[in-house]
Amino acid sequence: MTWETVIGLETHVELATKTKIFCSCTTQFGGDPNTHCCPVCTGMPGTLPVLNKKVLEFAVKAGLALNCDITRYSKFDRKNYFYPDLPKAYQISQLYLPIARNGAVSIHTDAGDKTIRIHELHMEEDAGKLVHDPWIDQTRADYNRCGVPLIEIVTEPDFRTADEVIAYLEKLKETLQYLGVSDCKMQEGSLRCDVNLSVRPVGAEELGTRTEMKNLNSFKAIVRAIDYEAKRQIELIGEGRRVVQETRRWDENKDATYAMRSKENAQDYRYFPEPDIPPIELSQAYLDGLRSAQPELAEEKRARYRRGYGLPEYDCRMITSDSALARFFEELVELGAPPKQGANWIMGEVLGALSARALEPRDMKLTAPTLARLIALVGEGKLNRNTAVKVFEAIFDTDVDVDAYVKEHGLEQVNDDGLVREICARVLEANPQSVADYRGGKEKAFGFLVGQVMRELKGRANPQSVNAVLRELLGG
Amino acid sequence: MVLRELTALELGAAIKKGEVSIKEAAQAALDAVAVQDQALNAFITVTGERALDRAEKLQAGVKDAQSPLYGVPMAIKDNICTKGVKTSCASKILGDFAPPYDAAVVDRLAEAGALSLGKLNMDEFAMGSTSETSFYGPVKNPWDLDRVPGGSSGGAAAAVAAGMSWYAIGSDTGGSIRQPASYCGVTGMKPTYGAVSRYGLIAYASSLDQIGPLCRDAADCAAILDALQGKDPKDGTSLDGQYGNLLSGLTGDVRGMKIGLPVDCYGDGLDGEVKTAVLAVADVLKARGAEVVELSFPVMEYVVPTYYIIAAAEASSNLSRFDGVKYGWRAQEYEGLADLYRKTRTQGFGAEVKRRILLGAFVLSSGYYDAYYKKALQVKAVIKEAFDKAFQQCDLLLTPVAPATAPRLGESLSDPLKMYLSDVYTVSVNLAGLPGLSMPCGFDAKGLPIGAQLIGPHFGEGTLLNAAHAFQLDTDYHKRAPKGGDLA
Repeated sequence: MTWETVIGLETHVELATKTKIFCSCTTQFGGDPNTHCCPVCTGMPGTLPVLNKKVLEFAVKAGLALNCDITRYSKFDRKNYFYPDLPKAYQISQLYLPIARNGAVSIHTDAGDKTIRIHELHMEEDAGKLVHDPWIDQTRADYNRCGVPLIEIVTEPDFRTADEVIAYLEKLKETLQYLGVSDCKMQEGSLRCDVNLSVRPVGAEELGTRTEMKNLNSFKAIVRAIDYEAKRQIELIGEGRRVVQETRRWDENKDATYAMRSKENAQDYRYFPEPDIPPIELSQAYLDGLRSAQPELAEEKRARYRRGYGLPEYDCRMITSDSALARFFEELVELGAPPKQGANWIMGEVLGALSARALEPRDMKLTAPTLARLIALVGEGKLNRNTAVKVFEAIFDTDVDVDAYVKEHGLEQVNDDGLVREICARVLEANPQSVADYRGGKEKAFGFLVGQVMRELKGRANPQSVNAVLRELLGG
Repeated sequence: MVLRELTALELGAAIKKGEVSIKEAAQAALDAVAVQDQALNAFITVTGERALDRAEKLQAGVKDAQSPLYGVPMAIKDNICTKGVKTSCASKILGDFAPPYDAAVVDRLAEAGALSLGKLNMDEFAMGSTSETSFYGPVKNPWDLDRVPGGSSGGAAAAVAAGMSWYAIGSDTGGSIRQPASYCGVTGMKPTYGAVSRYGLIAYASSLDQIGPLCRDAADCAAILDALQGKDPKDGTSLDGQYGNLLSGLTGDVRGMKIGLPVDCYGDGLDGEVKTAVLAVADVLKARGAEVVELSFPVMEYVVPTYYIIAAAEASSNLSRFDGVKYGWRAQEYEGLADLYRKTRTQGFGAEVKRRILLGAFVLSSGYYDAYYKKALQVKAVIKEAFDKAFQQCDLLLTPVAPATAPRLGESLSDPLKMYLSDVYTVSVNLAGLPGLSMPCGFDAKGLPIGAQLIGPHFGEGTLLNAAHAFQLDTDYHKRAPKGGDLA
């Protein structure tokens, strides 16, 4: 029998607001334990949550970008459970009237294009973190993360392969980053994903029994967990056994999932409307305002780069893979850099330098005006490209004035034809064997001669004019 | 001048004029506490030294004082957070918890120059109608030490009635200010939901809880509410009442005011003496030019069950944070996390609190939510509509506060259902989020105070207070005090 894997995702994304969802504590990652919290986010008796308007704005922006219906009358609910990382013993979330519903995201894989339906998007608060110290056998609670705003995005069970899941997550990440609502750093936990998976015979209508996998901390882990879990379920059924509806935890080290709790042991969260936060009523004007302020998303940018700048699809994808990078590119072009040259610099030197330093584009020191000037100097023939690359490497981490740097280090291109001619003649004279080889048909010897001239000129000559002069002196 | 006979406003005026120093007033109150509170048990914590220090500081600024309550000693129910001062909710589970923050009302009172004597006893977590469920022992009624003062703000009502404090700040979730005010013969008010910030009030049922004053008369009530009310950025459910200065609105002129008598509130189960005394309020107001109309309020049989479902549901969630992990009291011996939770909560909460937590968890649990909690929310909307309809026919409603005067200690605890049913006149006001005022309107044959309740429309505090003021201009029930000598 052939089996089909059916997958739905629940993705938690930390919003990039400066302050927490219900108080004014910072959302900054890290910090000494329990230094980013206050009586409100630690749920001290008598304190009350007040909704951060920026959280609402970010959630609505995300909902709009994911083509959702925005709920005009939305509410918060309490999800009740005991755990030491949850100081109120309830999480303020949205169950009955989530802020956005019925969205759709189009994804692209090698198998083609596909639409993934979004069931809902809701706002909630994050919980704290428990740190176990095995040496003293004690668990300590760090409440810094308590009240960091999250949106949870729940898809319909529309995925059939791990490829589709990754394509969706890449698209989601790209969209949310472009909106500026989240930095989506999986390694810092600002994007977390639970995978619901079941299998069924190909062609079957009914869904199989699903399991939910947690603790998936990287795209790699997601792919491996999906492969593992699909195989496990197919084998179970093959042996005549049943899949149990349960939550399973992915163990990165063992490359396997194991059961955390079954449905029978599932908690009853006793959801009910949060009485401390009034219902949220959104006006048409508010929605119109946000809709018209939505930034251009990656897909629209790619289309514009293709049409407007004639860039190849590959370039468009590379440049728009990160919103900061795309902004950088657009600034280069605005400053007069030819689009294709700007694209080449970004895809080659910029991405190379970033990856060598393990930096994100948004953390880059080098500014667009500096690189634009460098490109202009090459275009004006004042710097040859090889030298420009060296300058780029030298100033990448400091962003100094390009003109001053070039001048200080005497790197201007030598455009003095007389000087080039003189050096060429001298090189030919000093290398009679190479001249003879060239004349005897060995093209390689010509390269050697060019190299010698460039060395004499410390690399500052325009390679084209060196070529031309040498060929002329060698008699064509 | 006998200080304990003055109202808060009268004392405030005497302080302003220099006829009495703030320290003298504070010392007089502390002396009264020292003499009487062993018997009454109205206070959980007395902050005498703090009060005298504060009195000295306030005295220095008396010339520039703006508030009519400047320097007047008062006390605060122990479910309202006071920075650095133990706030226990009269529960074992909070231990010696001293919050690192003040409630919003404490801040506002401080700005008005208030001076706190300490924290007042109450039913544990404000759950009860008798102030007997306190971990710190029951409060006694100053009119009869064998009787309860009502609850849950029983300490507040007893302290004001016995002259230990000129006014007190309480909280009212289903009658917890109005009913003890009635049993103790003082004036108390639950403002419109949202009129006073709940920030720092340790929640029982968040959608029903409201902070308000217990005091000598309607004028004090207006002055205190003037200091407390208003939108607070720390409480998203707080609102701006925009009713201006309530104190200056007290003219006593009730000509043309329509007083509604809901006939459904005067039927079976109401004590005859209480009924007579409450209806007599209508006559007094009528003599001042008010009109009296009878109307129907056909939802009375639903109000108690609806209230207990909603209040218990919210309580079960609100009280979950008391788990022994972060603050307060923790069970001594336990094995592992689940056992820590179980033992701390089993031993830390009293019987009534546990009863309501269980009830609340049940009505919210999967499979029962629709039948209980959801239905209760629907009935709540119907009750609100019944009030809306009533206020199309009148400006305010006159009802009893409780079916009878204060019961004996121990009588109610044995029959919780009977105790719940005695809340029938007060809980609907919380369900509808309306203002309600309780004022003394007579005494029964046993010499116990009887209270009348005035209910107003949303933000109708001005009308309520003016009607109560008019009544108090022509009567002296609010001026009578229990014989303090019996207490020593």
